Amino acid sequence: MNELHFPWMEAAILVPLAGAVWTHFIREPSKALRHSVTFCLITFLLACGELIDFLSLEVFEAHDHWIFTNWLFPQNVFVVDELSAFLLPLGALAYLVTVMSTRHTKTPRFSLKGTLLSEAILLATFSCRASWVLVALLSISVVAPYLELKSRGRCTRIYVIHMGLFVTLLVGGYGWLQLTETATNAVLFPGALLTGAALLRSGIFPFHLWITDLFEKATFGSAILYSTPLVGVYAVMRLVLPIAPSWALQSIAALSLLTAVYAASLAIVQHEARRMFCYLLLSQSSLVLVGLELVTPIGLTGGLCVWISVGLSMTGFGITLRCIEARISRISLRDFHGLYQQMPSLAGFFLLTGLASIGFPLTVGFVGMELLIEGAVDVYPVVGMLVVVTAALNGIAILLAYFRIFTGRPVQTTIALNARPSERIAVWLLSALILGGGLFPQPGVASRYHAAEELTKLRQSSPITQSEDLEAGAHHEHP
Amino acid sequence: MTTIELWYQTLGTATVASPGLLLALLGFSALIARPLSEGSVSRLTQAAVLFSLLPTVAILVTMLIRGDRYIPIELGQWVSIPQQEFHFHVKFVFDRLSIPFVILACVLCGVVGAFTRRYLHREEGYARFFLMYSAFFFGIIVSSLAGTIETLFLGWEMVGLSSALLVAYFHDRENPVVNGQRVWSIYRLSDAAFLVAAITMHHMTGEGDFGGLMSNQIWPEGTSAISAHQALVVGTLLVIAAAGKSALFPFSGWLPRAMEGPTPSSAIFYGALSVHLGAYLLLRVSPLIETSLVLQSLVVSLGLISALSGALMSRVQSDVKVSLSYASLTQVGIIVVEIGLGLRYLALIHIVGHACLRTMQLLRAPTLLRDYYELENQIGGRLQQKSPGYLSYLPENIQNWLYRFGYDRGFMDTALDRLFVNPFVKIARSMDNLERRVTDWLSHEPSRESDSADLHPEAVASEKAA
Repeated sequence: MNELHFPWMEAAILVPLAGAVWTHFIREPSKALRHSVTFCLITFLLACGELIDFLSLEVFEAHDHWIFTNWLFPQNVFVVDELSAFLLPLGALAYLVTVMSTRHTKTPRFSLKGTLLSEAILLATFSCRASWVLVALLSISVVAPYLELKSRGRCTRIYVIHMGLFVTLLVGGYGWLQLTETATNAVLFPGALLTGAALLRSGIFPFHLWITDLFEKATFGSAILYSTPLVGVYAVMRLVLPIAPSWALQSIAALSLLTAVYAASLAIVQHEARRMFCYLLLSQSSLVLVGLELVTPIGLTGGLCVWISVGLSMTGFGITLRCIEARISRISLRDFHGLYQQMPSLAGFFLLTGLASIGFPLTVGFVGMELLIEGAVDVYPVVGMLVVVTAALNGIAILLAYFRIFTGRPVQTTIALNARPSERIAVWLLSALILGGGLFPQPGVASRYHAAEELTKLRQSSPITQSEDLEAGAHHEHP
Repeated sequence: MTTIELWYQTLGTATVASPGLLLALLGFSALIARPLSEGSVSRLTQAAVLFSLLPTVAILVTMLIRGDRYIPIELGQWVSIPQQEFHFHVKFVFDRLSIPFVILACVLCGVVGAFTRRYLHREEGYARFFLMYSAFFFGIIVSSLAGTIETLFLGWEMVGLSSALLVAYFHDRENPVVNGQRVWSIYRLSDAAFLVAAITMHHMTGEGDFGGLMSNQIWPEGTSAISAHQALVVGTLLVIAAAGKSALFPFSGWLPRAMEGPTPSSAIFYGALSVHLGAYLLLRVSPLIETSLVLQSLVVSLGLISALSGALMSRVQSDVKVSLSYASLTQVGIIVVEIGLGLRYLALIHIVGHACLRTMQLLRAPTLLRDYYELENQIGGRLQQKSPGYLSYLPENIQNWLYRFGYDRGFMDTALDRLFVNPFVKIARSMDNLERRVTDWLSHEPSRESDSADLHPEAVASEKAA
């Protein structure tokens, strides 16, 4: 296997870990915040370095250039491939802009140490392929939100029930898989457990209640960072896609589509902005799953493209809402707030990121959404149209929220509510990526298509899908 | 590439690039919170319109001199996956349909831009208006010149978004905002039909090029490359999309709501260009409509119903802009009938003439009432009212019902609400309540902190700061 020229992944995981230790000793909140931003920025640059280095190699996968911890893990545990190469900078970016847009008054509630720690776990997760290390990282990642809910004195029952089940299914399924002969149909049983775990983590209906509950009770920043990198989708790609037969994946795609429509419908009737965001995210992330589970090259490419666009735009959308919340507290959508005059930049960014998330023309999600619809209609000619309906409903929800928050009789405040410089930089960075990706989509789409092709080849080399192909061939010969 | 091809390519690109550049400039200044001065915005707008109009006129003149009837401007593949035969082909077409529409769009946008410079002078939302105006201008030029259905969709969406945001231009009042939301909702759902039509067309013909769909013949000639049954499927979806955009039956309810926006946007969007965009789409795919008799009948019936209901509704409105908007609907309905009957040139001429007249009427509307008062003062009495005409021969109960029908705007909004919106909201709310019960039960306590969110936290924040 090829090797990167620098230990990018190792460094990108170790820097936030070191940052978590460093901030632990800083007493002054604003200083801790500044230092956290620096650590997140370095991590983001390292993740970008990994992407550039990987692209320059022009291979499907490469392992890290170990220096510091090669005694700890076997060499091929942390491997970057065409799927994860883009996810590492995307995840690091989500953390960077979230920490950048955090007001120092919020630092007592929003744990910077915990955030840096969870960033390290996330980047390690995205650097891992199917292995016990991945299972362990996915299991460990559920702890941080639990601790936050506990420290805030909130009820953790819903979270514990769902995440307990997730970890049980994940560990049980993966353990069972190790004991099963992968060439036989027996693999379907551990596969079902792993699928259940991944769907739980993704919040697929009816296992989505923990996400809405988390958005209710955790800090907005933590909830955004726990849900927008779409770790559940990553679990599907690593643990389920290689072993599941097409019929099973396409059945899950139908369930994901149902979730997308359901969540989009509920987003419209929400009376509070956080909940609206949560359902919107559920709907969009379900659409990503729809594309990935169609297991057609177009659907897979669409799903991978929408993954990037949802990651970018929903993070941006989330931090915009968070910035507004930081100024006026929870935002009711029952009435108009008239905040446009006070925060025109945030209003513009709210609209831009919201529209980008539904694949509006000239934004990063447009082509991905087109591919996704095309792939869905290919597999399910009628049901696939629901993707279009979902996008329409989400569009209605976004403008509804925009009007409720930014229009109405303006309130005169004695303090400035508009974006601060650090928030503006975060917003501009995301805007540049959203619009840049929308205006010049070809490189991104070509790379995602190549990744889709390679993932399809990997799937085809799996024994279970090979036997499926043989059955399909026999069926064609003897109709 | 020959010299003449290079000439066409340069001019064609300039026609589209000019509004794109305007949108980029105004958008960028808004994003970095450095708004341009009124004078700069106005000059940039005028320049963009001029640099779009002049190349189009130059193309027209060249075409007339050389006898060319079809000039494709290929900007290449925006996105392409050759292995899967997926292409997003950016192609613009200058032909007998697109050139008149683009010139119309440029002239009317130029006039309205100049009018708005004074009309909204020193208004707080001046820059916001022109940002939306530039999005609209870009969208309408792209839609008019689109040679593929994907390119048309791109422009179509820009027009929809800018229209909805301009209806809600007066941010501090609730009604315009609610109406803007309504317009956007109708647009989104009809745009969904458009997108499905585009994908269906891709599946049937393997490409999104209008030329391929019309057997590579030049408008207005052309025969459909797909069967009557296929044409019925794609055509019906496109008719739904056109009905949403042109406020045809049963979507007419948004048209009077759209008049809540500032007069210049009402004039250019709902009186002149946006309202004709649906008809323009039908005109572009008119050979497809004529393939299927059922589809043709559907288009004619839709046009007739819209024209009749528009005529009735316009007669009983008390607001001059709303009355004019329904008069527009009547004409658009007639244009759709003409398209259904295959009278393509007549429909095109009708669009151009009607758009000019209606823009003039709508721009004149704000001063009209004042002039009426002055006239009545001069005369010393009321101006003579027009007699109700043939309607007075109808039985009184029918007259009353027609009045109610017109006054309640054809019961269309009420019907849509009762049949679709209310059941949808009811089901979604009941599911939300069910979720609440489940989470409350699992938590053993009220699970939603959001229920206690302040209705107006911004007022509380303001008080705290004070």
